[in-house]
Amino acid sequence: MIECLDIVKIYKNGDVETPVLKNVSFKINDGEFVAIMGPSGSGKSTLMHILGALDTPTSGVYKLDDQDVSKLSDDQLANIRKNKIGFVFQSFNLLSRATVIRNVSLPLIYSEVPKEERIKKAKQSLVLAGLPENRWEHLSNQLSGGQMQRVAIARALVNDPSIILADEPTGNLDTKTGEVVLATFQELNNKNHHTIVLITHELYVAQHADRIIHIQDGLIIKDEKNQNKRIVNNDLN
Amino acid sequence: MKISDIFEETYFSLMSNKVRTGLTMLGIVIGIGSVIGMVSIGQGAQGNIESRIQSIGSNLILIMPGAQRGVGMEVSSGRGSAQTLTLDDASAIASSVSGVEAVAPEISRRYQVTAAGTNTNVSVVGTVSSYPQVRNVAIDQGSFITDQSVQDFSKVAVLGPSARDDLFGTGAQAIGQMIKINKVDFKVVGITQAKGGNGFGSQDDMIFVPLTSAQRYLEGDTYVTTISVQAQSQNVMSDVQQQITSLLLERHHISDPTLADFNVLNQSDIVAAASSVTSTFTILLGAIAGISLLVGGIGIMNMMLTTVTERTREIGLRKAVGAKSKDINVQFLTESVALTFMGGVFGFILGWVLAFLVTQFAGITTQISLSSVILAFVVSAGIGIVFGYYPAKRAASLNPIEALRYE
Repeated sequence: MIECLDIVKIYKNGDVETPVLKNVSFKINDGEFVAIMGPSGSGKSTLMHILGALDTPTSGVYKLDDQDVSKLSDDQLANIRKNKIGFVFQSFNLLSRATVIRNVSLPLIYSEVPKEERIKKAKQSLVLAGLPENRWEHLSNQLSGGQMQRVAIARALVNDPSIILADEPTGNLDTKTGEVVLATFQELNNKNHHTIVLITHELYVAQHADRIIHIQDGLIIKDEKNQNKRIVNNDLN
Repeated sequence: MKISDIFEETYFSLMSNKVRTGLTMLGIVIGIGSVIGMVSIGQGAQGNIESRIQSIGSNLILIMPGAQRGVGMEVSSGRGSAQTLTLDDASAIASSVSGVEAVAPEISRRYQVTAAGTNTNVSVVGTVSSYPQVRNVAIDQGSFITDQSVQDFSKVAVLGPSARDDLFGTGAQAIGQMIKINKVDFKVVGITQAKGGNGFGSQDDMIFVPLTSAQRYLEGDTYVTTISVQAQSQNVMSDVQQQITSLLLERHHISDPTLADFNVLNQSDIVAAASSVTSTFTILLGAIAGISLLVGGIGIMNMMLTTVTERTREIGLRKAVGAKSKDINVQFLTESVALTFMGGVFGFILGWVLAFLVTQFAGITTQISLSSVILAFVVSAGIGIVFGYYPAKRAASLNPIEALRYE
């Protein structure tokens, strides 16, 4: 469960202060599929960094599973990311010369999980992310964009996180491949009840979620249930 | 992060760009290789010189004539010019100095020596029967000069193998033949064993005759040019040296030791002097090779900095999935230490091959000591830490958000 209360983030560059998040409060329950939507410069990326424990707010409280994350040190934040958060990035960020399995199991080396168990968990995640088994031993740079993003999703799932944060996951993909990736998220949310937070600037992408938080100039301007959810037929792939 | 995982990550990173890894390592390979090779040449030279000095005798003290000064005269005629050491001095040393094993006085000078149709210029040493013992000379054929022949002023000669080869041909039978030294006939009675060594002062290129014969027939004089004394053991050497000095000062009626007309040299002093020369030489060679090692280290640092920049996004990702700064630091430091350590291993092999080739083709003795090997490995790992520290720190301090955005 995510609770944000009066989150403010101000970037300081010398004497110039730039407020990016002015006063943001919301709550996301376990098992929700939420899209955070806003134009570029709205502060949605900054919000994602705070939600992902990559950064801390200037003021306000951010609670993840009832633990206050807003005032932790760098190493404590790293522990939160290791145990509770799975990231999916726009540009995949895979290790290009490593196999799919090694990419997916990467987060587990920092949790000191034994090698056999790492491989076992990586395979389970790959099944959930829907990457065909004959691709598992490929090097990640031999895959197509959609397959790469599935590897990234599997990597986000491997530590069994409380939330999956997807930052523009379809931004580098064509519409059809993007649909497949979004379908994967829907399926993870429906069947496995993963909490998914999708950050995007496209309404079309946001409409795949159950709830849309609109953000603009550092403020939430609308937080509503998605009335016309797009359901993707997962047989597309 | 587990140690086995750190090594696995290091292996994957280094293997993912084999050419670059190899070229970077080459700097360390050449550096360590040249240090080991150069130092082995230096240490080989040192060992060689020390064993040569040891071969002239063991526990040896040499008494050489010093500068002669007349009473109340300021003019010195130069070192070695004094003709004041006599056979009696040698006998006095033998009889009244304690701790002396043997005494061998000698008189030597170069003469033109002729045999049937051949001639050579060779050092002729007039000496006594104890000479082989004092100066580590062994007899190959026949016998050395005996006490009898010294007493009898016998015209007999013992040839060194090189002198024999020059006069009679290589390996020729020379015993019983006659040679002419300074127009005096001497009969060859023995050949000494080859000791090796070449150039000036080789004991192979010598002719030995009885001391008395040399004084009467060749020099027409009674002084000796060197008295070699063998002490009973290493421990009594400085004591013996002391006693000889006082004895000779007394016998020569000299009250001021600084005006002594002789010099007493201790073999270990000679060894120490020669060692200090060769160890300076070794340090010089090692320092020159050390510069290439330093350049190799800078190459490592350069490569690691490039790697950090190139892998910025990877570092960002690792941090995003839970790596702490310490994990990143350790990973990059391990990579640079692995590079230099492997460089050290290959460098050792290269240095060993270099030393082998130098010995094979240049005929220079080389010696690879355990200490230089240990030093090479410690230094190579140390270089990895020193030159990997800054790049690793830079990688660890990257902000994950910035790093993930890096294009």
